[in-house]
Amino acid sequence: MKRLLILISILTFLLSACGGGGGSPTPAAEGLPADASALAAERGLTPDDIYAALKTYMPSGQTDPYIMLASGGQSGQVLVIGVPSMRILKVLGVFTPEPWQGFGFGGSSNKVLEEGYIDGNELKWGDTHHPSFSETAGEYDGEFAFINDKANARLAVIDLRDFETKQIIKNPNSINDHGGAFVTPNTEYVIEGPQYAAPIGWEYASLDEYQEKYRGLITFWKFDRASGRVDEAQSFQIELPPYWQDLCDAGKLVSEGWIFCNSFNTEMATGGLELGNPPFEAGTAKNDTDYLHIIDWKKAEEVANGGSVEEINGMRVITMQTAIDEGILYFTPEPKSPHGSDVTPGGEYIVVGGKLDPHVTVYSFEKIKSAIQAGGLDSDVYGVPVIPLDKSMEAQVELGLGPLHTVYDDKGYAYTSLFLDSAVARWTLGGPYADKHPEEGWTLVQKLPVQYNIGHITAAEGDTASPDGQYVVALNKWSIDRFANVGPLLPQNFQLVDISQTGDQMRVLYDMPIGMAEPHYAQIISADKLKAFEVYPEVGWNPETMSVDPNAVTSEDQTRVERNGNNVEIWMTVVRSHFKPERVEIKQGDHVVWHLTSLEQTRDATHGFALSGYNINLSLEPGETQTIEFDATMSGTFTYYCTEFCSALHLEMLGYFLVSPE
Amino acid sequence: MRSLFSRKSDVIVLLPDGNKRPLGDYLFPSAILMLAALILMVSMFLPYWSMKMTAPQYPKGLTVEVYINHLEGDVREVDALNHYLGMPPLDEGGRLERSISLVAIVVLGLLLMAAVFVGNQWAAVLALPVLVFPLIFLADLWLILYRYGHSIDPTSPLGSAIDPFTPPLFGAGTVGQFGTVASVEIGLFMAIAAGVVVLVGLWFHRAAYKPIVDARKKVGTAEQEASST
Repeated sequence: MKRLLILISILTFLLSACGGGGGSPTPAAEGLPADASALAAERGLTPDDIYAALKTYMPSGQTDPYIMLASGGQSGQVLVIGVPSMRILKVLGVFTPEPWQGFGFGGSSNKVLEEGYIDGNELKWGDTHHPSFSETAGEYDGEFAFINDKANARLAVIDLRDFETKQIIKNPNSINDHGGAFVTPNTEYVIEGPQYAAPIGWEYASLDEYQEKYRGLITFWKFDRASGRVDEAQSFQIELPPYWQDLCDAGKLVSEGWIFCNSFNTEMATGGLELGNPPFEAGTAKNDTDYLHIIDWKKAEEVANGGSVEEINGMRVITMQTAIDEGILYFTPEPKSPHGSDVTPGGEYIVVGGKLDPHVTVYSFEKIKSAIQAGGLDSDVYGVPVIPLDKSMEAQVELGLGPLHTVYDDKGYAYTSLFLDSAVARWTLGGPYADKHPEEGWTLVQKLPVQYNIGHITAAEGDTASPDGQYVVALNKWSIDRFANVGPLLPQNFQLVDISQTGDQMRVLYDMPIGMAEPHYAQIISADKLKAFEVYPEVGWNPETMSVDPNAVTSEDQTRVERNGNNVEIWMTVVRSHFKPERVEIKQGDHVVWHLTSLEQTRDATHGFALSGYNINLSLEPGETQTIEFDATMSGTFTYYCTEFCSALHLEMLGYFLVSPE
Repeated sequence: MRSLFSRKSDVIVLLPDGNKRPLGDYLFPSAILMLAALILMVSMFLPYWSMKMTAPQYPKGLTVEVYINHLEGDVREVDALNHYLGMPPLDEGGRLERSISLVAIVVLGLLLMAAVFVGNQWAAVLALPVLVFPLIFLADLWLILYRYGHSIDPTSPLGSAIDPFTPPLFGAGTVGQFGTVASVEIGLFMAIAAGVVVLVGLWFHRAAYKPIVDARKKVGTAEQEASST
């Protein structure tokens, strides 16, 4: 009410300012301070603009109540963004070397990147799609985050104590993925769903043998919280038909123990436009329906641990036949070429975006369960039982063109991105959610235009059992005219949408250009759930092991250089504003092992360590220890220096690395 | 408690000259001296002095707290900054004092306990170290600060640019972009309070034991007179 009054007074002022040809500024008592009113009039800001500005402006020194983790798409990275100010806080190196973080330029991060190489091929990028926070009881717990690399079927683990990538794990049997990363409600498993079918282990097989040899493969990566790593030995996969499985979501609460994944090529199209075949875009859209995959992961876990598996490339694989026999895998039809598969906060429903169908289709988990119990289901060509649509569907809601992905709030509304309509649709959930909103259940409430071509959509704590409401972010693929022209490659446009009021009161608050990545999905966590280190807990901290490094030197007295044959080992300290030692003299051909420990314990007292000519650049955060190892192949006079402006005498923070010729 | 410390106790002390005084008169000063010892012991666990430093890039400021046997707070960072000025690490000041401080405080407490059992003016001598302890602490701290500000290494980055100085024992000062505030902390106030309590205890001690001493003298003089006549 108060807000409304303020808005009315602003509106009144602006109207009078326009009509009266610049009348005297409104006194502060009526709304904005006089100088702010004058500024608003000068810039031609509408009351909506002022509302948006007041909602998003973050005064210096104040921090955002929410943190968004956004995928970086083909940048291979993850972006950390404050909401609602929409300020980028950090770019995390994940699959791509990130010199700012010293990620991939010496040190333990090299090992992380190397874990993701395929047969010795040095992959220096990834296509990150869907970040996922670790969960406890269906709520984000702020401990870890996971993200997939669609291009190479890899999964990365980010530890949110220091926001660093700790592990990259290559899927031994898939060469691309998409439906990941999603976690089960207690992060028992991180799920990596497949995308384009290939023979298991991406062995060669002709496309003529597509139906017999090509397969989908969903991976359940077992996550070990104590070590902060995926445990491959405890993980398993399920063989699926080659239907191009897409997004997945884990059931929670009433549907805990189940996974729901889309698919979009039940036609089993194999392309070949150049051969006169229908192109993939047409071949995969022939059937009216594709199959929503319904997977009982708790049963699958029992079967895997019971040993009814085939071991392929060291990974336990539950065959499709076992999955059918054991009642692990079911299908139900879904509108063709769907995208999102999103479980409601209470786990009662699964909402599927039709993409080429103007509806979202809502499935009832209760109905699915009854149909499975009743049995007598027909099968598809691979023998997978198919639940008829009328036995699984709860509702269909017509929203508009191109519904993709759905998120939820605390008021029983769902929000679906409409790609073709370039809009966010707010609609009502029915069933147990019907009392939370004034409108009738399963009805469209508002379509808010966004700019432009929205892909994914994300909401504050939107994937949890208790979404917060407040904000939705539209992850728009095109920005066209939203920003200044900076050449033919345009930034993406993240639009912050206010969903704090009921009914048709959604509005766009802010446009945020993303000029270093093409994000797909993002998740938004309440900032108070994150408990990151301010500085590493002890001097000598190894971020790889998350413990004190045995090669850490905790005082300058312990620094030294030791030679053992051609091996030279250096124990160095780093502190404002000097390295110790400041001279390292070795011979060409020596093998160098160089341990660096930051003695700092002050927040933000980060040092860099760049070694000219040797492609080495570390970021040594307060307390951090890193070890670099290389062969001194080049002779000459090199310098190492601090690459992070650490102090008034930062430029003076250097040393000489003297390599005498052989 | 009331009956124990009541000065109208039914237990009576018989003085050499035949006068009588209630037992409470003797228990009371003993209790007060023991209280002083207790206050002193507790002060060991609390900071005696602190230096707070503020600068634009330290929004929470930096604090060093001096306990009688150790330093706490942002010692590492203050040392890191001070190395530019060529000042020695904080830990190097008052090492000897800190190493013996706990023993010294316990000895002071034991002296107070001993004073309880001394029924004459020597009790005041035993209690005296507790009275002067806060002064010794401050004098020693000043000396440490003096040495600290006068041990500037001229070869340090900024060592040649600053003149020797003594950081203030109390109150505000400035070093570079830092504003400093030095303050006496609760521990030292407790040590001072222990001294005040000792004075109170000694006053009652004197009130209780002086009649005994006087009575002894009187009786002694009387006996002397008796034997000489």
